[in-house]
Amino acid sequence: MAVTSALASDPAARPGLSRDQLLDLYYWMRLTRSLEERLVNLYRQTKVVGGLFRSLGQEACAVGSAYALRREDVLSPLIRNLGSMLVKGATPLEVLKQYMAKGDSPTRGRELNIHFGDVVDRNFVGQISHLGDMVPVMAGVTLSFKLRQEPRVGLVYVGDGATSTGAFHEGINFAAVQRCPLVVVVENNRYAYSTPIAKQCAAERLADKAAGYGIPGVRADGNDVVAAYQVTRDAVARARRGEGVTLVELLTYRRKGHAEHDNQSYVVAGEIDRWARENDPLDRYVQRLTGSDGIATAELQAIDTRVLAEIDEATDIAERSAPPEPRDCLTGVYADPPAAPALWYREGVQSAVDRHERPASWGTHDG
Amino acid sequence: MAEVTYLEAIRQGLYEEMERDPSVFCMGEDIGAYGGAFKVTDGLLERFGADRVIDTPISETGFVGAAAGAAHMGMRPVCEMQFIDFLSCAYSILTNYVATARYRAFLPCPMVVRGPSGGYVRGGPFHSQNPEAAFLHTPGLKIVYPSTASDAKGMIKSAVRDDDCVLFFEHKYLYRRIKEELPEGDHVVPIGKARLAREGKDLSIITYAATVWKSLEAAEQLEREDGLSVEVLDLRSLLPMDDEAIVATVKKTSRVLIVHEDTATGGIAGEITARINELAFEWLDAPVRRVAAHDVPLPYAPQLEDFVLPQTPDIVRAARWLAAY
Repeated sequence: MAVTSALASDPAARPGLSRDQLLDLYYWMRLTRSLEERLVNLYRQTKVVGGLFRSLGQEACAVGSAYALRREDVLSPLIRNLGSMLVKGATPLEVLKQYMAKGDSPTRGRELNIHFGDVVDRNFVGQISHLGDMVPVMAGVTLSFKLRQEPRVGLVYVGDGATSTGAFHEGINFAAVQRCPLVVVVENNRYAYSTPIAKQCAAERLADKAAGYGIPGVRADGNDVVAAYQVTRDAVARARRGEGVTLVELLTYRRKGHAEHDNQSYVVAGEIDRWARENDPLDRYVQRLTGSDGIATAELQAIDTRVLAEIDEATDIAERSAPPEPRDCLTGVYADPPAAPALWYREGVQSAVDRHERPASWGTHDG
Repeated sequence: MAEVTYLEAIRQGLYEEMERDPSVFCMGEDIGAYGGAFKVTDGLLERFGADRVIDTPISETGFVGAAAGAAHMGMRPVCEMQFIDFLSCAYSILTNYVATARYRAFLPCPMVVRGPSGGYVRGGPFHSQNPEAAFLHTPGLKIVYPSTASDAKGMIKSAVRDDDCVLFFEHKYLYRRIKEELPEGDHVVPIGKARLAREGKDLSIITYAATVWKSLEAAEQLEREDGLSVEVLDLRSLLPMDDEAIVATVKKTSRVLIVHEDTATGGIAGEITARINELAFEWLDAPVRRVAAHDVPLPYAPQLEDFVLPQTPDIVRAARWLAAY
């Protein structure tokens, strides 16, 4: 694990965070991990309708970076940024309802997992699966801040894999030219599905790509939540000062497969265990908190208990929630009031779902 | 009142909307100091400044995506494709991100993507395209393609005010070839309504964009030489499509010819035909016919381009076949 040691925070130095803030970071990381563990249980009970995406081992990246934002700042998460979304105000109940495709989930059953957002109050944007696309979108979100001279900042995540896309290049270049108040965080977790970083990119350091855009590129140990926070905080401050885009590379490791079905047969034997044993972001943070920060273990255990109680309560509510009403899916494609249903539908052909003509094997969701 | 070209009409519409609403701004390649490849945005930089008339890198995905992000935040961006042929560079972000934003994430996405389209100008395969059908299949987008200066102005203004993403196709053959006096005041033409370009009772031609003019030419010839009364319906809005106007003209003449400049296979004529089958089949006295471009990339040489694209004699021939059926 020597690769990241030079980029870690100095436990002896003041982190720029109060004691409460340090405990906050622990709470969000623990909530992320425990909520995902609950989702695994629900997935095994076939209550999760689609796939399940874990961020095990990456909680510090997500939580530390998002913690550097204000409420009015806009965050664009990716599939391994559950922690970032929780920090920004997404609730476990929303996440559970999303995964279970409930009718009162944030997307009313239209979208999967943590693909949801809120740009009215909490300010995070619903992502799509086309990697890299959120970079140009966030270039535009932050361009609007610049044009209206609002002191707001945007943060967009990409993975190591997405740095290979054209959209990443076009978006970051556009934002750099326009000096948009944007922070681009590359979470380098070493795998894009099964493809290791060496097959993704010939550059040794993804942060070096910044030079090609004329912007600063910085790196930090992404499994050190304080380091992730500090490096992002500096980039956010720079953006807020009107100095433009920063590329932040956070080094981490994806300990689970792309999704829950992925058996990770492509990973070198022992690699996952070694990261779990030697470089778990929660273990490392507990060591720091109970060591140099002088926080009692009992205080952390009390947070763990609180987290589990919150997840239990949310699970109960989510499970009782009703599935969506099929006809609801015909509305909301456009801002205009819904048009009349198509003629083939009105004239009595109607859909099989309407008439409950689905084969039993249609899906795990029995609506 | 002076006559205004199709191109000037679009510029007037943009200018008026930018005057009216400070959240409207333009992005595109060479649209600022240069005024755009066809000069549609000429003069906007001087009036509105570089913050509202933004010269972008050559990045259709980049600035269309940026338009979506700005639109989420309450802005009303207007993107120019230097040629609409390059709209395909932004196909993914338009169909996957922009078109779905409201539905999947309740994100408002009021934006316009506009640009010079179409052939008859010896532009070759990459400066003559009509890619509208490729986007018709995407719920969440709106598509307009005006054929007159008056509609060009009225519809660009509607597009800017629309709360969803509107693809605004401008026919470059018409840019400086047609002109008319425009209605005074705040001239807005609603999206979703067709325009009856010529009334008739024997046969209907349903069309849009530059082929509206070829169809009108054909209609005059058919009246002169055959005594046929030909109706010409200019769709001008392709998504949503004006089913009522289509059904009305079918019921009036019972013979329908669909004309478009885009290639035939998978073109919009197929969709219009399907709608006529569903909504007014029993009113037909003849099969629905279409005149469209041959299914080839559009070639450069005049002899080749003229052969591939629909011409007035092609329309006359098909109309005569229909009338005699």
